[in-house]
Amino acid sequence: MFVVISLLVGLAAIAYLLINSPVVTGVRIARTQPVAYSHALHVGELGLDCRYCHTPVEVSNTAGIPPTETCMGCHAEIAPDSLALAPVRNSYAQNKPIEWVRVHNLPDYVYFNHAIHVKQGVGCETCHGRIDQMPVVAKTESMQMSWCLDCHRNPENHIRPRDAVLTMGWTAPTDQAEMGSTLVAEYGIEKARLMDCSVCHR
Amino acid sequence: MDDSSTSLAEIQRQLETKRGRAYWRGLEELLDTEAFREFLHREFPRQASEWLPSLSRRRFLQLMGASLALSGLTSCAGAAPEKIVPYVRAPEETIPGHPLFFATAMQLGGYALGLLAQSQLNRPTKLEGNPDHPASLGATDAFAQASILTLYDPDRAQEVTHEGNLSSWADFLAALGPQLERQRTKGGAGLRILTESVTSPTLYSQLQAIQTQFPNAVWHQYEPVNRDNVYAGAQLAFDTAVEPVYRLDQASVIVSLDADFVSAMPGHVRYARDFASGRRVETSSERAHNRLYAIESSPSLVGAEADHRLALRAAEVETFARALAQAVSDEAAVDEDRATVIPEDWVAAVAQDLLANTGAGLVIAGDHQPPIVHALAHAINDRLGNAGKTVYYIAPVVANPVNQTESLRALVDAMAAGKVELLLILSANPVYNAPADLGFPDALAQVPFRVHLGLYADETGAQSQWQIPETHYLEAWSDGRGHDGAATIQQPLIQPLYAGRSAHELLDAVINPEPRSDHDIVREAWRQRAGSGDFDAFWQRSLHDGVVADSTGSPVSVTLSNFDLSTPAVPLTPGTLEINFRPDPTTWDGRFANNGWLQELPKPLTKLTWDNAALFSPTTAAEFGLASGDLIELSYRNRTVQAPVWIQPGHADGAVTVHLGYGRTHAGQVGTGAGFDAYALRTADAPWFGGELAVRKVGEGYALASTQLHHSMEGRDLVRVGTVEEFACDPGFVAAMDHTAEVISLYPEPIQSEYGWGMAIDLNACNGCNACVTACQAENNIPIVGKEQVLKGREMHWIRLDHYYEGAPEDPATLHQPVLCMHCEKAPCEVVCPVAATIHDQEGLNTMTYNRCVGTRYCANNCPYKVRRFNFLEFSDFTTESLKLQRNPNVTVRARGVMEKCTYCVQRINGARIAAELAGRPIADGEAVTACQAACPTQAIVFGNIHDPNSRVAKLKASPLNYGMLAELNTQPRTTYLAKLRNPNPALEKLTLAGENHA
Repeated sequence: MFVVISLLVGLAAIAYLLINSPVVTGVRIARTQPVAYSHALHVGELGLDCRYCHTPVEVSNTAGIPPTETCMGCHAEIAPDSLALAPVRNSYAQNKPIEWVRVHNLPDYVYFNHAIHVKQGVGCETCHGRIDQMPVVAKTESMQMSWCLDCHRNPENHIRPRDAVLTMGWTAPTDQAEMGSTLVAEYGIEKARLMDCSVCHR
Repeated sequence: MDDSSTSLAEIQRQLETKRGRAYWRGLEELLDTEAFREFLHREFPRQASEWLPSLSRRRFLQLMGASLALSGLTSCAGAAPEKIVPYVRAPEETIPGHPLFFATAMQLGGYALGLLAQSQLNRPTKLEGNPDHPASLGATDAFAQASILTLYDPDRAQEVTHEGNLSSWADFLAALGPQLERQRTKGGAGLRILTESVTSPTLYSQLQAIQTQFPNAVWHQYEPVNRDNVYAGAQLAFDTAVEPVYRLDQASVIVSLDADFVSAMPGHVRYARDFASGRRVETSSERAHNRLYAIESSPSLVGAEADHRLALRAAEVETFARALAQAVSDEAAVDEDRATVIPEDWVAAVAQDLLANTGAGLVIAGDHQPPIVHALAHAINDRLGNAGKTVYYIAPVVANPVNQTESLRALVDAMAAGKVELLLILSANPVYNAPADLGFPDALAQVPFRVHLGLYADETGAQSQWQIPETHYLEAWSDGRGHDGAATIQQPLIQPLYAGRSAHELLDAVINPEPRSDHDIVREAWRQRAGSGDFDAFWQRSLHDGVVADSTGSPVSVTLSNFDLSTPAVPLTPGTLEINFRPDPTTWDGRFANNGWLQELPKPLTKLTWDNAALFSPTTAAEFGLASGDLIELSYRNRTVQAPVWIQPGHADGAVTVHLGYGRTHAGQVGTGAGFDAYALRTADAPWFGGELAVRKVGEGYALASTQLHHSMEGRDLVRVGTVEEFACDPGFVAAMDHTAEVISLYPEPIQSEYGWGMAIDLNACNGCNACVTACQAENNIPIVGKEQVLKGREMHWIRLDHYYEGAPEDPATLHQPVLCMHCEKAPCEVVCPVAATIHDQEGLNTMTYNRCVGTRYCANNCPYKVRRFNFLEFSDFTTESLKLQRNPNVTVRARGVMEKCTYCVQRINGARIAAELAGRPIADGEAVTACQAACPTQAIVFGNIHDPNSRVAKLKASPLNYGMLAELNTQPRTTYLAKLRNPNPALEKLTLAGENHA
């Protein structure tokens, strides 16, 4: 009997560890992309605004992946012969899209909207981590439902002033909870509503 | 025979014992049959939860074992990496996640209905009406809603074929070239072109160009549901073929002579709106209600709307029209014969009402009534000063109105005589739908070079050497005109999915050595038509608006001729049956046969799906000893066809109605083999009705999938009806029907949030047209289930149209009631869900979380409104690639084993909310619009924030006509109804007064 119980407990523990492990969640697993694009270089060193490439992030559900012509806007002039940029030039010349590998993937029954999160003071960094330090992008959060709910339950612990949404390496003020509560009221965030199933699932 | 007559007697006895107002849904209910009790007491019929019979338990365990093992493995490995494929060069205006809307138009019978097509990253997913288009005013019909599915139909013709073998457009052009050269030498004497009705100015100019190049070529037109009678009737009355356009919003007294102007006439979407505008009574002080008299043979939606309805055989409508024309004129001679057919009090009452409302009356003749009835209607309107006020006349909308039956006959004669060498059939399907006596298929075989351009490789395609796939209207440039003449340039939303070509491109290949694209053809045609001025601005404006400015037909003045009335109506031989041919309410003339949404859409009144039937009145059926589901042989003019019987309360006695559009042999996987082919009986001389039909019973037990008894609710006053007069005397009569005492509840009170979503449905406006059902299906990714599953009560529609009869089965009053999830404040479904899959949200939505649902179906069991739908099997198609493109990306595609139901289009509410929050303002009234509301031609459905007292829905809910269905159960439904008011003529009053049972 004891053996059976300990076996079951053991299995449960393994299952728990497994579903939260990077093997399942994909956290910290960098994906090789068709182009060796480095956010660390473009954002961290050069200081490009997130919205230069992710144009629809403030208006649409998706943040958007830039069309090849966005890359070529600069790279027609900057490092036009770089070997690393060959796939970009080929894409542009042959009118064939670059097939990027998705890093952040939500299940199809979740209807996440970037625009409203950005508007209501959720920082890019809150979900995507220090993008400015990533040569190759990897997930930093599990993006499991419980993780979403942490913030949907208590948005005041996470939201920022709107002008800090794009900031990387933002440090929460010591009075975050207090400031957060003020912001929740100011932004008109209905906390009770954030827990409705219909907010994310349709 | 005994069985049926006893059942009729039994029905009459049952009705007599009912006290007060008696509503019933079907004859089975009156007989209290076992089948009806089954539907009443079980949410789903017995064995509904059975397993697929083809899958044995052993096989199931094998499959489950394998899939468990596989899913176990994949879950350990994490999801396979997905690709994100951005544009190389992003198109202007395109924001991923933001749909764009483009104005275009759909044509049916040539008449254009203006649409706004939704484009999700360049794939059309949903159609809405174009508010600027006069035929739409923002609404659509079921055909337009379902046409998006036809675009993605995997059974569409995909490649050019020659003698059934794969070929190409280039090969076709190569083969056509020498043929055209030969024709050129003789002026096109052997060249014939067959089209359907053409309103397209561009197509017409191309046909004229062909006529110039090939002076001896002949253009024929044939469409089985055409307007020959309308033009011939105008010709008779005015000596010129004009097109009547009705102004129903200006009419107080309307007489329909077998005219279904709310669902089966060009302009019906607009007409339905205009008609409803004269019936909307939100407060008792508003202006007078209009009054509708319907004289009809086969029960139609207009008959159901009517304040007074008279069932006559189609041939007798002429007698009525003559009597009415006489009664409104000075001559008062009464034809002795006619009194036997027409109730004189009827004629007198209608005439008096029309005379009392000169200039505000309107008589409309149905498209299938002979020219004389149209002429009489014109004469009455002229006499009463209605012409110019409630009806005006414009030059024909159809480019070249000819008698289409004669046009086809001429073609058949020429083909049979070997005079036709090259035949181009554009979109038409005459092998299937030509009158049976013309012998079209045999004559066609005489033509050496036959080309068929069609969406499907249909019956005609199969008998043509060249079958060219036609582009769907969402893939092609074209143009067309609406019922009032307004022209629309039809722009495509997507490149052709297959090797499709449009009619413009095919005709251009005939006249141009270097064929152009349909864009260039249409644009060039409009450039020539637009004259001077900035053409680019004109073109952009026209495309953007969806209507070409100043293109509406201008009224022409006509004078009534002294047409001959001396030839009396041909009387029906007493004792014989009349046969009526009608376009089907869902498959029309057969062109929509392969559209699953329309096949499974319960037809108005009969609620049949997947089949047509021979409709009999209860009395006539009893006379012939027939019951619903019997198989009979219809013999008519030496032709026979077998059909199932359907007893339709309210049908004219001594007549049978058959609907066209079924019995297809080359429709596709969905439509082939459904129903019987009524064209097999239809002849050229009497396309709409004729006498001397004989019927003979040959069998029984044909399973007809009617949803009429499905989801029956046991209860009183589900529909509430009164009269205008009653409402004026006692505005509280609706509330007096309530059964609720003081409301107490164990459950918590609803939360008072900023927004509270609710809906009010005006039963005065609803005419049961089905647009909402199809719109919901398109918006919410609702699957179809097939005939067998419908027979088990498993249809998935989130909104259904309940349909009630009142009174005797021979001549009942008919009522419609759209029923969707009531979003009860105290929802009975929520408390029984063991996994909290269905719970309330802050704004009063009764939400359904599919991923939590384990399929116990307790919720459906506990829902008094029977609005929950269960995926008994894998109904959603997860495999057909083309169908995936249609899906709404904002709604989950549900898998097997999951409960679903109306969500109040939560995706649209959330969309409106996010847009409002991004702009930093509250959601405006009318911003969150449900799909059913958007589609509704009569604006019967109003949705909005009930917590805002100024919202339209809150105002409607404050109306004294407002009531909640089954409110006595204390469910506190968020969806409520406005009671229907009839406006009977006191002279013909026979309806029992509402509230009598409460007196």
